[in-house]
Amino acid sequence: MTHIRDLSSFVQHPAGGNAVMDLVVDGVKCGGCIGAIERGLAKESSIRSARVNLANKRLRVEWDDTFLKPDEILQKLEAIGYPAFPFANNDSVSREAVEERFLLRCLGVAAFGMMNIMLLSVSVWSGHDTNMSPEVRDFFHWISALIALPVVAYSGRPFFRSALKAIRSGAMNMDVPITLGVLLAVLMSVVETWQHAENAYFDSAVMLLLFLLAGRLLDQQMRRRTRDVANNLQAMQADTACKLLPDGQVRELPVADIRIGDLVLVRPGDRVPVDGKVEYGASEVDQSLVTGETVYAAVASGAQVYAGSINVSNTLHVRVTAEGAGTLLGEIKQLLRNALEQRSSYVALADKAARLYAPLVHATALLSFLGWVLAGAGWQTSLITAITVLIITCPCALGLAVPAVQVVASGAMFRASVIMNGGDTLERLAGVDHIVFDKTGTLTLPDGRLANRGELDEPTLQLAGTLAAASKHPLARAVATAAQAKTPAAVREFPGRGVEAVIAGVPARLGSAEFCDAVDAFAAAARRYPEASLIGLRHGSLVKVFAVEQALRSDAAEVVAEFRRLGFGVEIISGDREATVRSIALQLGDIPFRSAAKPAEKIARLHALKAAGHRVLMVGDGLNDAPALAAADVSLSPITAAHLAQAHADAVFLGSSLTPVLKAVLIARKARRLMLQNLWFSVIYNFIAVPLAIAGLATPLIAAAAMSGSSVAVTLNSLRARSVRNAGHGAGPSATALSPGAAALSPGAAALSQRAAP
Amino acid sequence: MNILLYLIPLALGLGLAGLLAFLWSLHSHQFDDLEGAGWRAISDDDLDTKQ
Repeated sequence: MTHIRDLSSFVQHPAGGNAVMDLVVDGVKCGGCIGAIERGLAKESSIRSARVNLANKRLRVEWDDTFLKPDEILQKLEAIGYPAFPFANNDSVSREAVEERFLLRCLGVAAFGMMNIMLLSVSVWSGHDTNMSPEVRDFFHWISALIALPVVAYSGRPFFRSALKAIRSGAMNMDVPITLGVLLAVLMSVVETWQHAENAYFDSAVMLLLFLLAGRLLDQQMRRRTRDVANNLQAMQADTACKLLPDGQVRELPVADIRIGDLVLVRPGDRVPVDGKVEYGASEVDQSLVTGETVYAAVASGAQVYAGSINVSNTLHVRVTAEGAGTLLGEIKQLLRNALEQRSSYVALADKAARLYAPLVHATALLSFLGWVLAGAGWQTSLITAITVLIITCPCALGLAVPAVQVVASGAMFRASVIMNGGDTLERLAGVDHIVFDKTGTLTLPDGRLANRGELDEPTLQLAGTLAAASKHPLARAVATAAQAKTPAAVREFPGRGVEAVIAGVPARLGSAEFCDAVDAFAAAARRYPEASLIGLRHGSLVKVFAVEQALRSDAAEVVAEFRRLGFGVEIISGDREATVRSIALQLGDIPFRSAAKPAEKIARLHALKAAGHRVLMVGDGLNDAPALAAADVSLSPITAAHLAQAHADAVFLGSSLTPVLKAVLIARKARRLMLQNLWFSVIYNFIAVPLAIAGLATPLIAAAAMSGSSVAVTLNSLRARSVRNAGHGAGPSATALSPGAAALSPGAAALSQRAAP
Repeated sequence: MNILLYLIPLALGLGLAGLLAFLWSLHSHQFDDLEGAGWRAISDDDLDTKQ
C-alpha cells in the first residue's frame, strides 16, 4: 500500500512558471535559523528562492515543480531540523498586509508634511515676537497650505472612508468628528491665509492626522500579529486525512479537500479527521474531545464517529457522511446557530465614547458660534472661534486612548501565552465575574497520567515503558511518559489487544486484561481506582496493572483558589460521569459542579447565570462545549481544543498550565482600567482646553502643544499595561519567559506531535 | 530674505527625498520582516565565500 502526501492545494503558480508555496516553519528563532534554512534549501538546484520571514515565522519557497514535489521540500526542511507546515495563503491574509502598508504609506506622508509645516509654523510663531513682516508670514502660510492640502487629501483617506461609511449607514463613529475637524481646520486656514490673517491651523490638522494614523497603525498591527499567530497555529495543527483510493493507494490530503462519500483511513492513535460512518473495522474511540466522556466508546461497522475523537485500538475505514439531523454534530450545530443569534452585540468602549463625545463636541462648537454672534462679534469671527473649538476638541488623545492600551495588553497576553481573536475580547474579559470550566481537557490535561505510580518499582515501570513506547494507544503513551521511555522495544502488535516483545528471553505483554491474563488483578485495580482506565503488564509470572487517570493541570487548584479569593464565582460543567467530576471538584476545593451535562444543558446553565446578572467566562475545549463557548459573554479554549470550539472561543491559551486563564482576566482588567483612565484624561484635557477655545484665546501654538502633550501622556499611561501585579503564584513553565512568537509556536508543535501522524 | 528662496525649497527637497526613500523601501518589501532584517545584517554568511 503506497502512501502519498498530496499538497497540491497549497501550491500556487503565479506568472513566470515557478511554483510558490508558503510554509509555517517551527522553531525559527534567530538569524542562525534563517541562514540554515535558506542555505539548506539553496543547495537544491530546482529551488529558485527561499526566504524566511522571521517576524511571522513563515517561509516562501519558489521552485520548479517539474523536478521537485512539494512534499519533498517539507522532507528537506525536516532533515535540516525545521519541521514545516503548508500554509494556505488566503485572501484575508494578503488583505491585512495591504491595509497595513496603506496605513504605513499614509503615516509616512503625514510625517513628512508634519515636519515641514512645523518648520514653517515655528518660524511664524517666533515671528510674532520678532516682528516678522506680514508678507513673509503670508508666504510661509501659503507654503504650508501647499504642503498640507495634498498631505491631508492623501493621508486622511482611512478616516474619510470610514466616516463616510458611518454617515451613510446612519451611525456615528470617532472618524466623523475627526474628519470634520481636519477638513474644517484646513479650509479655515486657507480662507484665513487668503485674508492675510495672523493664524493658520495647517500644523494642527496634519499633526492630528499623524497621531491618529499612528494609533490606527498600532491597532492594525496588533490585529495582524494575533491573526498571524492564530493562522500559524492553524496551519501547524491542520489536520490531514488519509483518503483511501479505489486502487488501494492512500493519499494524505488536507481535510478541506475531503468530500462527502470519500473513504478515509484512520489508524490507531490518529484523530478521526471527519464525521462519518465506520465502513470496516472495529475499534474503540476516545471521544473525550467530543462529549467530555473519558471512557472509551466501542465502535464497529455502521457506527457514527465524530471529527476530533481519537481512534484507540484498530484501523478503521470511515465513509464521510454529510451531517445528519439527529446526530450529535447536527444538534451541536443547531445549538451553535441559536447561541450566536442570541449573543448580545457588545459595544466597544471606544464606540461608546464616540457616541457620547461627537454630539457633545458638535453642540459645543455650535453654541460657541451662536454665543459669539449674539454677543455681536460678527459671523466670521464667530465661525473661526467655533472651528477652533472643533480643532481643539478633535479626539486626538481619544483616538489613541483605546488602541494604545490594546496593543500593549495584547503583547502582555502573548507573553502570558494567550492569543486573542479580537480587540474587544480584552474589554469583555475585563467585565467577567463568574467562570465556568469544562472538565475534560480544560481543568485536566488532554493526556492521561499514571495514578498508581507510587506502587510501582522502577524496573517494572521501565520494562512497561519500553513496550509502551512502541504503541500509539493513549494508555500506553501515558505509561511511556511516566517511565520517560525513549527507545521502544521491537514489539509485535496485536491490534485491539496489546503489544508483545521478548525481553530477557521471556515474552512480555502490555495490553488488555485478557491479553495479559490478569483479569483478577484488573478487577482489584478497578475497585481501587474507579475513575481510571487500566492497562496491564505480564512478564513471566510478573503481573502489574497500570491505572491511567485524567490528571489535573498542575496549577489548576491554585488558579481556582486565586479566582475565588478575588471574588469570582467558579463552577464546573462537564459532560463526564458524576463520580469523576465530583472528585475533580473536591480536589479544587469543593467547587460547585454539574455532571453529565449535554450541550443544551450547558447553554441553559449559562443563560441562567446571565439572567442572574453575572458576566460569564466559559473555558472549554470540546466539540460539546462549542455552543456554550458561543453563548458565554466571553470564552477561552486551550490550544488542544476541537476546531469548532477554538473557532468560537474569543481567545486561545497555550501550554499545560491553567495560569494563562488567570493572567488573561487580570491583564484584561488592568487594560480596561487604563483605557478608562485614558478616556477620562482626554475629557479633563478638554475641560481645560475648550474654555480657552470658546473664549477665542486658543492659538495654533496652544493647540499644537495641548494635542501632542495629551497624546504622549495617553501613550505613556498605556505602557503600564505591560505588567500585571499579582499574576497568580503557580506560573507554569509555559507561562514564563517565552518570546511571543516562540510561545505561540512551540506548544502548537507539541500539540501536533501528540496527534502523531503515521 | 532672499536666502529663503534657497533654503525653503532645499528643506522641502530633503524632506521629499526622505519620503521617497521611505516609500521606495516600503514598496520593495523592506518593512515586511523587521525582525529578520536585523539578523540578516549581522549574518556571517558572506564570510565563507571569501575564505
